[in-house]
Amino acid sequence: MKFQKFIQDHNTQITLITAILIVAGFFSKYFLGNVVGYDIILAIASVIAAVPIMMHAYQALKVKVVSIELLVSIAVIGAFIIGEYNESAIVTFLFLFGSYLEERTLAKTRQSIKSLTEMAPTTATIVQDDGTTEEVDVDDVDEGDIVLVKTGGSIPVDGKVIEGHGYTDESVVTGESREVGKQVKDDVFSGTMLSDGYLKIEATKVGDDTTFAKIIELVEDAQDTKSHAEKFIDRFSQYYTPAVLIIALLVFIFSRDFKLAITVLVLGCPGALVIGAPVSNVAGIGNGAKRGILVKGGEAMDTFSKIDTFVFDKTGTLTKGNTSVSAVKNYGGDLAKTFALTAKVESLSDHPLGRAIVDYADTKAYEFKNLAVEDNQTVKGQGMIAQIDNHEILAGNHKLMRAHEVKMTDQQIKDLDELQATGSSVVVIAVDGKVDLIVAISDIIRPEVAEQLQSLRDKGAKHLVMLTGDNKATADYVAQQVGIDEVHAELMPEQKVEFVKKFQQDGRNVAFVGDGINDSPSIATANIGIAMGSGTDVAIETSDVVLMQSSFEALVHAYGLAKKTVLNTKENITIAIGVVAFLLIGLIAGFIYMASGMFVHEASILVVIFNAMRLIRYGKAPQVAKPQQVTPAMK
Amino acid sequence: MTKRAILQLEALTCPSCMTKIEHAVAHQDGVEKVKVLFNASKVKAEFDDTKTSAQELADVVEKLGYSVDKVKEKELAKEA
Repeated sequence: MKFQKFIQDHNTQITLITAILIVAGFFSKYFLGNVVGYDIILAIASVIAAVPIMMHAYQALKVKVVSIELLVSIAVIGAFIIGEYNESAIVTFLFLFGSYLEERTLAKTRQSIKSLTEMAPTTATIVQDDGTTEEVDVDDVDEGDIVLVKTGGSIPVDGKVIEGHGYTDESVVTGESREVGKQVKDDVFSGTMLSDGYLKIEATKVGDDTTFAKIIELVEDAQDTKSHAEKFIDRFSQYYTPAVLIIALLVFIFSRDFKLAITVLVLGCPGALVIGAPVSNVAGIGNGAKRGILVKGGEAMDTFSKIDTFVFDKTGTLTKGNTSVSAVKNYGGDLAKTFALTAKVESLSDHPLGRAIVDYADTKAYEFKNLAVEDNQTVKGQGMIAQIDNHEILAGNHKLMRAHEVKMTDQQIKDLDELQATGSSVVVIAVDGKVDLIVAISDIIRPEVAEQLQSLRDKGAKHLVMLTGDNKATADYVAQQVGIDEVHAELMPEQKVEFVKKFQQDGRNVAFVGDGINDSPSIATANIGIAMGSGTDVAIETSDVVLMQSSFEALVHAYGLAKKTVLNTKENITIAIGVVAFLLIGLIAGFIYMASGMFVHEASILVVIFNAMRLIRYGKAPQVAKPQQVTPAMK
Repeated sequence: MTKRAILQLEALTCPSCMTKIEHAVAHQDGVEKVKVLFNASKVKAEFDDTKTSAQELADVVEKLGYSVDKVKEKELAKEA
C-alpha cells in the first residue's frame, strides 16, 4: 500500500518525467537519428506513466467496476506488444496530463462552494462559570454554553446575545452584504462575522444543527443530486465502458487488425460525456450559493428552467406584508369613541383588515377592550354588524350600507372612491344608521417588484399568478400595480393547493413562491417550491429552491441561472457527443489513431469544464448593494 | 446502535473513484448506507457501531489510496 500511496502522491512528477522522456525520445530520433534509443526511451516513458493508470484500473476491477483506466491499460499493453512505443507513451502521458488539468479546472468550478465551507468557524472561545475563557474546537461547544466573540471574529454557534453589542456581516446566511446591528436578545448565526463590537452569546444551536451548517450540507448534497439526464448518463457509462471492451474484441475478431482494436479502446473512453453535465450543475449551484440562492441539485435546476407559471403568495412576497391603517376620515363624531367601537367590532374577526384596525386602535390607545358586545354577525362579502354598548355598528363596504339603507353623503362617496382608487381597502363605519368614519388600510408594495416581474417575463415566464388569503380589493390593487395576470383572493391554504393542481392539469409548469412556512402544502405540490426570505429548517426541507434574502432580484437571478445552467449542460452534452462522432468518423476515414484520439478526448474534457466555468461568472457581481429605487405607483 | 460517519477526503477528481469507494465501504460488515459526495469529496455512511467504527471505515478508504483528512462520528437519533 505504501507504493500505491507514493504513486498517488507523485502523480504530477510522473507526468512531468513522462513528458521529458517523450521529448528526449523524439530528440534522439530526429536530431541524433537514433531510432533504437527512441524506442527504448519511449518504452520507459510508457512503463512509468502506465503504473498509476494500471493501479487505478486494478483497484476498480477489484470492486467489479470496468473503468476508463482499464480500457487505457489494455490499449497500452496492446501497443506495447506490437511495438508502438511512441503511441503508448503519448497516450499514457496525455491521459495523466489530462487528469491533472481536469483536477485543476474542476477545483475552480468547486471554488464557490469551497470558499463557503471555509467560512465555517473551527474554534470557539467559551466563557467558563468562573469568568475565565477557554479556546475549544467548535465541535466541543454544547447548547447553553456561553461563547465570546470579539471584533473580526466569526460567530461559532447559532444563539442569542446576552451581553455586549456590535455589527455582524450576515452575508453567508442571507447572501446580502450589509452590517446588521446586534444587541442583547438578538439572534446571531454561526458563520457570520462580527465586523465590529463585542458579544457574549448563549448557544442555542451548535455544530451541524446551525443554520450555516445546514446550508453547507444542503449545497454539498445538491451538487451531487443528479438530474434525470445525469442519472441516465451514469447508467449509460456503466454499461458503455464494458461495451467498448466487447466492441474492441469484436473488431479484432472480424478485422484481425490489432491496432484498430486497441484504437477503439482509447476512443471509446466516455470522458467528456460523463463529466459534462455534472460540472455545469456544480458551477451553477456554486454561483447561486454565493448569492444566498440554494438550488437543491441538478433535478431542481432542470425543472426550474422549464417553469412558465409563477404563483405568488402575496403576503410577504409581493408586499412588505404589513397592512396598516393609512387614512382615517371622521365625519363629526367623537373619533376616539367611534374608533373604539370599530376596533371592538373588528376584534371579533380575524380578517387581516380587522387586525390592522385593532393595531391602530392599540397604538392610538383608544380604549375598546372592555366594551360589551351584545350581538354580532358577519355578512359575507359586505362586512360585519354588531350591537355594542347599545349602539348598532355597521362596518363594511358600500354594499353593506346600501343593504341597511344607510345614506352616504356626496362627500363621503367621493372620499370612498378616492381612497379605493389608491388601492387601499376601505371600511365604512356607521353608528346607529349614520356614517361616522371611513378607514383606509393598505399594504406597502415592495418598490422593485414591478420591474423584477418584468424581467421574469423577459426570461421566459408566461403567466404570473397571485393566490392570496387577503381580501380581493387589496389583492386586485397589488396585482394591477405590479403587473400580475391572474389573481385569486380570500383563499385558504388548501384552496391554493387546488389552484396549483389546476394549473398543472392545464399543462403548466408551476413554481410557487412563498415564505416557506405557511404555504408548505403548495410549495410541496408545485413543480418547484421556492421559499423566499427564510433559512428556516421547514423552508429548507420542503422547498426546492431557497432564497435566503427576501428579494425579487434573487428570484430573477435564480430563474436566469437555472436556464443558463441547463443550457450549459446541453451544450456540454452536445460537445461530448460531437467529439465521439468526430472520432468515429476519423477512425473510419483513417486520420485518427490512438495518440491523436486521446488528445481530442482530453481536449474535449477541458472544453466542457471551461464551458461550465462561464456559469460561475453569470450575473452581476454578487453582494453589491443596489441603490433603492422608488418606482412610481402607476405606470 | 446506528451511527453516522462523515469522512472528509482529499479532493476526488474521477467519478470512478467514487464508485470504488462506495463499493468498498458498502461491503464492510455493519455498514447500512453509504453515500459518496463527489464534489464535496465526502463519504457519509450509516453503520452499526457494534460491528465497525468510523475509524475502521476511514482505514478502508485509506487502503484504496485516498487520504482521509477528517473523521467525524455522530449518533443518529440524538434527540431521543
